[in-house]
Amino acid sequence: MVSSMIFFACLAVAAYFVFNNIVKIRRNINLGKAFETTGNQGERFKKMIFIAFGQQKMFDRPLVALLHLFVYLGFLIVNIEMLEIIIDGLFGTHRVLLKFLGNSYHFMVNIFEFFAITIIIACVIFYVRRNVLKIKRFWFSEMSTAPRTDANIILVAEILLMSAFLWMNAADLSLQAKGLGHYTQTGSFLISSHLVPFIDHLSAGSLIFIERGAWWFHILGVLAFANYLPYSKHLHIILAFPNTYFSNLLPAGQFKNMPEVTKEVKLMLNLPLTEAENAAAPAGRFGAKDVPDLTWKQLMEAYTCTECGRCSSVCPANITGKKLSPRKIMMDTRDRMEEIGANIDKNGSFQDDGKTLYSNYISQEELLACTTCNACVDACPVNIDPLSIIMDLRKFMIMEESKAPASWNNMFSNLENNMAPWKFAPTERFNWAKKEE
Amino acid sequence: MNIMTMAAFAAKGEQPEILFWVGCAGSFDDRYKSVTLAICKILDKVGMSFAVLGTEESCTGDPARRAGNDFLFQMQAMSNIEVLNGYGIKKIVTACPHCFNTIKNEYPILGGNYEVIHHSELLQELLNQGKINLQGGGEFKGKKITYHDSCYLGRANNIYDAPREVLEALDISLVEMKRSKSKGLCCGAGGGQMFKEPEKGNKDINVERTEEAIETGATTIATACPFCMTMMSDGVKNKEKEASIAVMDLAELVAKFM
Ligand code: SF4
Ligand code: SF4
Repeated sequence: MVSSMIFFACLAVAAYFVFNNIVKIRRNINLGKAFETTGNQGERFKKMIFIAFGQQKMFDRPLVALLHLFVYLGFLIVNIEMLEIIIDGLFGTHRVLLKFLGNSYHFMVNIFEFFAITIIIACVIFYVRRNVLKIKRFWFSEMSTAPRTDANIILVAEILLMSAFLWMNAADLSLQAKGLGHYTQTGSFLISSHLVPFIDHLSAGSLIFIERGAWWFHILGVLAFANYLPYSKHLHIILAFPNTYFSNLLPAGQFKNMPEVTKEVKLMLNLPLTEAENAAAPAGRFGAKDVPDLTWKQLMEAYTCTECGRCSSVCPANITGKKLSPRKIMMDTRDRMEEIGANIDKNGSFQDDGKTLYSNYISQEELLACTTCNACVDACPVNIDPLSIIMDLRKFMIMEESKAPASWNNMFSNLENNMAPWKFAPTERFNWAKKEE
Repeated sequence: MNIMTMAAFAAKGEQPEILFWVGCAGSFDDRYKSVTLAICKILDKVGMSFAVLGTEESCTGDPARRAGNDFLFQMQAMSNIEVLNGYGIKKIVTACPHCFNTIKNEYPILGGNYEVIHHSELLQELLNQGKINLQGGGEFKGKKITYHDSCYLGRANNIYDAPREVLEALDISLVEMKRSKSKGLCCGAGGGQMFKEPEKGNKDINVERTEEAIETGATTIATACPFCMTMMSDGVKNKEKEASIAVMDLAELVAKFM
């Protein structure tokens, strides 16, 4: 009875915090501007199934992809176990599903155990890749202590949670064999039965302590994990779904048009305006200076980023030692968004803090280094488009701040005066044909 | 060979089958002018009626848009669209992936709707239709060739096969670089980089890419973009390999073997 109440209290507190965090994340994402979807629902749904659920893009690196897939499937499947834990916890039952599932219960737990052990193996390998082998992309300059710790916390947590699950079953099996209490016979389990010999000599009290301890550790760990998610790159396990659903389905080379510019250009060239253009509100800011100038999709991308660095590892600018790193663009956007969110939480509404995403977080040097090659977009396993944020900031920098390098200003004036990026007279444009004669 | 302008066609009250959009590099860059001429030669040989805009053409605006100046881009785009629509243009072939991407993807919303193809697609089509017959290898026989994917053709528009099919039709062995197709490394010129010094770093992008091309042991680097051609040629010079490695456009190779 007492334990049921404690359990209920833990569950309620965790749910309260999770709910709060969801509200905050939603609010922060909604700081962004409207976003126009592309393609139709069916196509976008397909993207979601292939890329988020099927993890299609991970398979560019097959071995890691397989390990990651196991961790992910394991995560989904082992969570079914949570259902039983919650019912048992609330009603003081033990292995409640056993009654309902009969023989298939044994099969189900074996599947859980199979995934638990694969998750442990995969997480150990991931940990070694990051911390012992020091795979390069996990050590780029934006991967300071905080993001590196985040990654390690999750790996260690997964290993501990899964181990707890296995030890719990082992203790349970040992108690069953001793025919103690309500420990009903389940038959031996795939992995935990091999652990039994290590604890079999313990007293019934110790075994119950291990079984109960592991049970509580597992459930409290999962609740803690749910509350840690919002502060972590692991939000991608949820946001990868909406993020891929809202994928850009236009050709990657197609930049979005700026209707506010179209209107002004038409006025300048004396071209007729469409009705929509006539009705449109006067242009605000050209390009993006801060987080609220981006679209909610771009902000959701920042929350979805897994900080895997695949984007930066294929970025031609980054590869050749330039300051630009598309992963940093996403991390900066999230950091700034969370800073604005905290500002709102504190002050009721946003109070100017003298900072902006442009310049305080992302420098001109970074923005200028991008070749718009789309390699980062192609590489991202969850279909994030760092290039679109780079371009929005670049537009602000050029059109509002006029901070173009001198050579670009030359190119602009050549375009304006000679209709070519180089200084050639337009009258000479057809001279190449003379070469032929 | 007589290269006719749209104005000349219009004066006769005729419409060519296709408009050849030459582009700024094709018009002004000494090296790329020979690609322009190669394309004209091919079109002429297969008897396809084509026109160019001549002095009525102007930059598509791509460098302005990628450099963040959307005003200038849209100014260019809208005046080009007026010219193109004025002549009732339906089909365009470009010799530049940047012009191709801009006219194909970014002009429609501004009122310019055309069927746009890149010259690699045109060459592929002509080969498939048997309109181009290539003679065997000659000086290239048994030599290796590698193809450098242009970002604006490849990742931007998913065109990977057309240029490769064109090369395979030649009697040369095509070898791929370590990073190719959708994983291809940029030459370093896109996004307005062509018109400025690179930012501070520890290497130039074109040198990195050229090293990769050299590793394949190819004696020819084939390109399909004027900027890639400049960057790869500079890379080859930087590595002092001009004597042993040529940088050539697909059209030049095809024209050579026709
Ligand atoms: S588009 Fe820009 S940021 Fe992305 S990989 Fe290319 S150069 Fe890097
Ligand atoms: S943007 Fe995509 S590829 Fe880059 S770090 Fe984030 S998840 Fe990885």
